[in-house]
Amino acid sequence: MNIVKTENLVHEYERRDEEGNVEGITTAVDHVSLDVAEGSFIAILGHNGSGKSTLAKHINAILSPKEGTVWVDGLDTAQEENLWEVRQRAGMVFQNPDNQIIGQVVEEDVGFGPENMGVPTKEIWERVEESLKAVGMYEYRKHSPNKLSGGQKQRVSIAGVLAMHPKVIVLDEPTAMLDPNGRREVIRAARGLNQVEGVTVILITHYMEEIVHADQVFVMDHGKIAMQGTPREIFSQVERLKELRLDVPQVTLLAHELKNSGVPLPDGILTRKELVDALTSLKT
Amino acid sequence: MSIIVEHLSHVYGDDTTLAVKALDDINLTIPDGQFVGIIGHTGSGKSTLMQHLNGLLKGSSGHILFDGQDIYAKDYQLKDLRRQVGLVFQYPEHQLFEIDVFSDVCFGPKNLGLSKEEIEERATNALKAVGMPKEYYNQSPFDLSGGQKRRVAIAGVLAMNPKVLILDEPTAGLDPQGRQEILDLIKSLQTESKMTILLVSHSMEDVADYVDRIIVMNHGRIAFDGAPKEVFAHYKELEEMGLACPQVTYVMHDLKEKGFDVDVNATTVEEAKNSILRALRRES
Amino acid sequence: MQTGRTMLKDITIGQYYQAQSLLHRIDPRVKIGGTLIYVITLFFYKNFVGYAMAILFLALVIRLSKVPFKFMVRGMKSILFLLMLTVLFNLFLTPGTPVISFWKLHITQEGTTLAVSMVLRLTLLVIGSSLMTLTTTPNNLTDGMEKMLGFLKVFKVPVHDVAMMMSIALRFIPILMEETDKIMKAQMARGADFESGNLFARAKALVPLLVPLFVSAFRRANDLAMAMEARCYRGGEGRTKMKPLKYQTRDYLAYLLLFIFAAGSIWAGRLHLPMLMVGLNN
Repeated sequence: MNIVKTENLVHEYERRDEEGNVEGITTAVDHVSLDVAEGSFIAILGHNGSGKSTLAKHINAILSPKEGTVWVDGLDTAQEENLWEVRQRAGMVFQNPDNQIIGQVVEEDVGFGPENMGVPTKEIWERVEESLKAVGMYEYRKHSPNKLSGGQKQRVSIAGVLAMHPKVIVLDEPTAMLDPNGRREVIRAARGLNQVEGVTVILITHYMEEIVHADQVFVMDHGKIAMQGTPREIFSQVERLKELRLDVPQVTLLAHELKNSGVPLPDGILTRKELVDALTSLKT
Repeated sequence: MSIIVEHLSHVYGDDTTLAVKALDDINLTIPDGQFVGIIGHTGSGKSTLMQHLNGLLKGSSGHILFDGQDIYAKDYQLKDLRRQVGLVFQYPEHQLFEIDVFSDVCFGPKNLGLSKEEIEERATNALKAVGMPKEYYNQSPFDLSGGQKRRVAIAGVLAMNPKVLILDEPTAGLDPQGRQEILDLIKSLQTESKMTILLVSHSMEDVADYVDRIIVMNHGRIAFDGAPKEVFAHYKELEEMGLACPQVTYVMHDLKEKGFDVDVNATTVEEAKNSILRALRRES
Repeated sequence: MQTGRTMLKDITIGQYYQAQSLLHRIDPRVKIGGTLIYVITLFFYKNFVGYAMAILFLALVIRLSKVPFKFMVRGMKSILFLLMLTVLFNLFLTPGTPVISFWKLHITQEGTTLAVSMVLRLTLLVIGSSLMTLTTTPNNLTDGMEKMLGFLKVFKVPVHDVAMMMSIALRFIPILMEETDKIMKAQMARGADFESGNLFARAKALVPLLVPLFVSAFRRANDLAMAMEARCYRGGEGRTKMKPLKYQTRDYLAYLLLFIFAAGSIWAGRLHLPMLMVGLNN
């Protein structure tokens, strides 16, 4: 069963000049059809302006399709009566860690979603505890979010979504504003959600190294899906990735260059261990 | 226009019990025309140090000599220092405020009290240097794309005609293509105008290909200072600080351990490829 | 070098001091109500006995709060100017029996007592109310207000929405202050001067600070609204509370103590004690 499904999804917005007249129409998402299997870890890649964030906002029903349909757990997101159910089942974490934390104490922020859903007080506390533990932020529950690092703030945001017991979590460039330490923390938390909690994760990013562990990767360009496949399939097409303005991890690039120079290496090398092992096996 | 920093320390929250040593006995000499990368993770003191170099923050103890003059001397004009040491903050596009791109870039030179002709000449040159085409001059800076906004903001500082340019994480939040463009732009500024450039970053890979020298900051101190290859030789210590070296550094060290006769100092994909190819040829 | 951060640091109103004390644990409604009663009481005193009782009461509450006294003194800094002005006006402009005279100015006996009583009143007022914010998290405070003003819902006053707005504003104050500091520095690096020139020049110099600040505030507001909606926020209807307010025995005791203090000090403060009277028409 597909937890998220889009069919011919189109989203356009109007560009206006200074007087507010419509200048033209930009198609941000252009006839996108995709299926996300329940329990999988999906990555959506693309440069800025490729339409990946616009696509993401449809899954949480923040945006409504102009054309086509989006289903979350079988619910059509365009139906007004499904709105809150969709938002509960498909949680969303945004890019800027400061602009999505509502509470002034970590635990209160995590409780915000369940409060909105009308969860009884006792259960809110249980959910907050579970969620904070799942992202490794339980010991910070009494802290002010302002004192946390960027990575910690994002983990609190993930906990805030997790406390709503969603089936899917969409992470919209959660690491774009973080330093390498913060990025690692957040990706680790996202993988934990997927593997331990069994939540379907849709990670939107432009960092190639973050998608190495994904089950399925979609690359977007000009509002369309330009490539799709496993990370290995994607990484084996170095030239195509460069065309799509994405940068390839150094290891993959090095393997690709070596292969071009006649070294017989397998396609789509992802990690440094794979490269070193492949080269070592050549030697013997 | 050399910069000499002597025993500089900066303590935050001096009057409270929560005193934090943001900078701890920093000693540095930056000669004219050098391209320096300052690396460290969030909270390492790298941004604080940069704000000292143009006098926005004052050290708790120690001295900074700019072109032989002590900037903490009583009669020293900090305004002159700020004109000569341009500082581009993180997310510089957040400082844009004028109604059009051109006026925004004029803001700096206008504050210097120059003639109208000279102001406009400097703004034009600065916008040219960052590669903004003329048709954007009359547009509102708020209508530009993220990468363009950042260029305009950098032009705003360049228009001050600084001799030293400090950029605090100029690629934060940009996609790979945007990152590449900004880094290339900075490199061209250095080669063409012979400016001294200090590039603050938390990504080794970003700076490795460009800079002459890397200074690594950790806990308010200088941990390593030297040419990229010298600094990357400490790859194990750097990893402990949460600062990864370029991936190829690790690959080369791994290969060396497996008995390959490769050059562990390779930092770029190109160098690594050549070294591995040579090693493989020797094998056969 | 005076930068934004140091200038903005002195503002302590609305600041919370983290500690484990009885006063921190008391229901915010008691603290809001108590502060109101205490402030009103201050205006009933006609003699210094009333003030003495209020000082004693405040000292006791400060002891219970475990907040260092210097935090309250810091709050006083912001009203120092107002305080001095009050003293000068009362000292020189109150008619009565002159004590000291020079040139055309007379310090009267009545003026002196009035000035002293005004200073006492203002100081007690500011310290008392800052004690409330120092011991109550802003969230708790808005929760308390929401609950206390709940009856206004009958008159279609959007109590929940106002409380939510207040708590969001409080969360974003430190973020926006940091942002102000950063933009200020960024513009200073471009040669902006926020500190010299006449009033007009200074007001004009604020444009490069205020425009980016507003742009950023709107962007944040937009992001936040989206994040709240994504987490199923749809107003106060059908919402449950993670930390619902419930009166405990200590809260009822606190109310009782407050009542005793208010009644006692008003009674004592209005006794006719000629040597200790406060002012003319007071």
